Formats: sequence, C-alpha cells, structure tokens
Amino acid sequence: MNGAGLRRLGLGLIPWIGAILLWYTVRWSGFVNVSLIPAPHQVAAKFFELLTREGLLIDVFASTRRVFLGVALGILVAVPVGFLLGWYRPARTFADPMINFFRALPPIALIPLVIVYFGVDELAKLVILFYASFFSGVIVMYEGVSQITPLYIRVAQTLGANQAEIFRKVIIPLTVPHILTALRVALGVAWATLVASELIAAQRGLGAMIQNASTYFLLDVIYVGIICIGLIALIMDLILRKVTARLLVWQDRAIA
Amino acid sequence: MSTRAQFDKVSLSFETPKGRLNVVEDVSYDINDGDFIAVIGPSGCGKTTMMSMLAGFQKPTTGKVLFDGRPVAGPGPERGVIFQEYGVFPWLTVKQNIAFGLTLNANHVPTAERDAICEHYLGLMGLSDFANSWPKHLSGGMRQRLAIARAYAVKPQFLLMDEPFGALDAQTRSNMQNLLLKVLETEGKTVMLITHSVEEAIYLASRIVVVTARPARIKEIIDVPFAYPRDESIQERPEFAELRSHIRQLVMDEYRAQQAQMRPVSFSE
Repeated sequence: MNGAGLRRLGLGLIPWIGAILLWYTVRWSGFVNVSLIPAPHQVAAKFFELLTREGLLIDVFASTRRVFLGVALGILVAVPVGFLLGWYRPARTFADPMINFFRALPPIALIPLVIVYFGVDELAKLVILFYASFFSGVIVMYEGVSQITPLYIRVAQTLGANQAEIFRKVIIPLTVPHILTALRVALGVAWATLVASELIAAQRGLGAMIQNASTYFLLDVIYVGIICIGLIALIMDLILRKVTARLLVWQDRAIA
Repeated sequence: MSTRAQFDKVSLSFETPKGRLNVVEDVSYDINDGDFIAVIGPSGCGKTTMMSMLAGFQKPTTGKVLFDGRPVAGPGPERGVIFQEYGVFPWLTVKQNIAFGLTLNANHVPTAERDAICEHYLGLMGLSDFANSWPKHLSGGMRQRLAIARAYAVKPQFLLMDEPFGALDAQTRSNMQNLLLKVLETEGKTVMLITHSVEEAIYLASRIVVVTARPARIKEIIDVPFAYPRDESIQERPEFAELRSHIRQLVMDEYRAQQAQMRPVSFSE
C-alpha cells in the first residue's frame, strides 16, 4: 500500500477509534449507570461467543438474504416504473400523488396489515422490505430520468438512429447512473427497515436477535446486533460504490 | 448547380399566454449544392429556429422547408448537425463517439470499414492521441472537434452548424475556422452556419443571409466575393473591411430595433 492509501486508511479509522474512546469515556464518567453500558471489549467478547456458539452467522445470513431479495425485487420493479414516470409526463401526473402517499407511510406502520394479508412467514418480511426498497428506489429513478437532457437524443437522431437504437445506445447508458443510485438508496433504507420486518415472528436474523435480547435485557447482544447491521450495510455500500466507480468511469465527478 | 435545400415562404409562430409570438416570418431562400451559407442576426432573433426546421426538429407553421425537393419530415443522417453545446456522448470514448453513427442501421457501414473511417477523422481533427480518452478529459475546442468528426463520419451531404464556435476562446475559434475550411476543401460539403460573428460569416461563407430582429425576416442576402481556398490574409483585404462594416451596420440596426422592442417591457416594472 502506498503513502496516500495509508493516509486514507488512517483518516477513515480515526472516527472509529474516537467513537470507541467516547464509548469508554461515557462508561467511566459515572454519569450513566455502568450496568446500562456494556464496555466495547465486553461487546467484542459477546460477539465471539455468539459467533462460535450461537450461530451468529446464521442470523447474519438470514438478514442479508432478506435485504438482498427485498432490494433486488424492489429495484427490479422500481427501474421500469421509475423510468416510465420520468419519461412520460402524463404517467407522472397520473401516478405521482399515489406514489408520494405510499412513500410517506413508514413500513413499520404497515406491519399489522402485512401480518393479516401475508401471514408471519418469510413472505411477510419480504413484502415489507420490498415496499421500502421500491418506494425509495422509484423516486430516485424518476427524478433522475426526468432530468436526462434531450440534446443527446437529438444528436443521435441527426446521426440516423431509430427509436430502438436511441433507447439502447443513448437512454440506457444515461439511465445506468440512476439505477445505481436507486440501488444504493434502497439498500440503505432496506437495512433500516430490517429490524421492523423481523418484528414479525422471525426465528433468526439480526433484527430478531435484537428483539429477543431486549426481552431478556441482554444489552451486549443488542450492541452486537446493531454493530453487525451497520457493518454489513457499510460493506455492501462499499462494494456498490466500487461497482459504480467501475461502471461510471466516464462521469465527470468533482471528487474522484 | 442544383438546389439542395429550400425555404419557401416559411413562417413559424407559437401560441403563448401573452398572445401569438412570431419567430420566423415569410422567409424564402435556396441553398445550392456546395454553398456555404451563413445566417447572421441579433441573438434571439430566430435564426436557430430556421436551422432547427431544416434539421427536422421543428415544423413551419406555414410555408415549406424542402430538402432535395421533399418536405423535411424529421432529423436524418443526410443532414449532419453540429450543436452549440457539442452534445458529445460522455459515456463513450473519443473513438466510440466517432463510431457511434457508423454502428447505426441507417448508415449501412460494414464493420470492417468503421475502424478506417474513425482513424481518418481522428487524424483529420487532431484527436489521434486521445482516441481512448473520455470526453471529460477534453478541452472545449477538442470536444467541438470531436462533435464535428462524429457528424462527418456518417458522410452527410449537408452540414448544419449552430454557433459551433461560440463558446470557444478567440485563438481556438480561429483555429477551428481554419480547420473547417481545410476539411471542406477536401470533403466538399454544403453548409448552413448560424453565427453572430460578422468576421466569421465573411471569412467562412460564400453567401450571407442577414436576418432582422424577431420575427426573423430576410434583411439582405450578400454574396461574399472571395474564392476558396481562403486563408487569413483575406481578412486584411479592403473588400473584407468594407463588407464587414456594411454587415455590421445591418446587424447593429436590427440589434437596436430589438432593444427598442424590449424596452417597454423592461420599463413597465
């Protein structure tokens, strides 16, 4: 690793070290009852215990799979719908109020209804995550698509492109950045919704683990669960950013 | 010499909340094969609209715009357009931009020939070293050269240019003008150039159409007496200066007329 890379790594680590120091400081300051704040090293110990003896990886896998499926299905539908809304003004006038109405509803408020209509199984959790990803993704898509400048389409027309060629060679490349942004936003929202979706009688999963731990007041387990969710979301976002940088090398960005 | 494009009593107007807005009014002129027509007039007068009708983006309200004897129905590869904003595709490399038109069904270019055509225009426009660069790394002048190369690659018989050098600095601009003259010498095309620069119009064009303030009507059509090939020395000739002051006078009159039109609006607040 070169000097610049090391420096960036250092810069990236500083806030984490700071957060851990702050955590210890709050615990030792005496302002808060020590039994309410497990120390970082205790949480770390719990992490290894859960990992080796309680099958933490099964929870991680269950949650990641739910998020992944929810986001994949949500974006799969959000891309064409968002595209239509962005491209055809009448479609927007038609569907915009409806979309904003549903988007404003917190997924957690829908849980009772989802239980009634979809039961308490895997499907119900998927429906919640799908809902969250679709509505966050569709907005990003249609805002992005509606800002595509007609200049490139005109240029393609003057070079002799037909409708199909314009779609394939101009509109799709211009849509890719918005699909990637939608994916990133949906991924964030889906992780945020995960705990809510696993409120529905989940056996395994990080949300379920946190729920169960709160029943028995196992604060250290709650901390492990929260940190795991944050870390996995962070890793997924990093991967997506790498993919984005790869696919969009052509973009003129202020910060590379 | 055969007639390539024809404006026949062309008018174009819009319905606006404040009433009918006439943009182009009763314009008639012919563009012959091999002509280099420059259309000049005060900014906002509707000269771009004229080009836009020939390109096929707008339809006249009354009158006819003909290309090769047929009314223009839409954009097409036989009429290449160079846009003021370049319109270089940012997601394609320089070479891919030039190849874009060649890959389209309408142009029937065999795969084997594409590479040679790209190389030819890369060289002609001085972009060979940047064949695999992204447009974001190009300067304004290079982007405009790329836009020209891309338009030329599909071999249009007719080129429409909308203030193509307007956004460039003076040196780049004069380089681009010389390059255009050089390329036209070898490729021989019919050109319609929209510009607000009197010098540019005289230096490049064989005929200059001076249009009035909005609505755009024809004020005067002037034949430029210099033979091609031209070089910068013609700008020192007394005929050049005479023509320049004559056209400047016409354009300034129209500019003042346009200011006078706008004055009541700006003072009413």
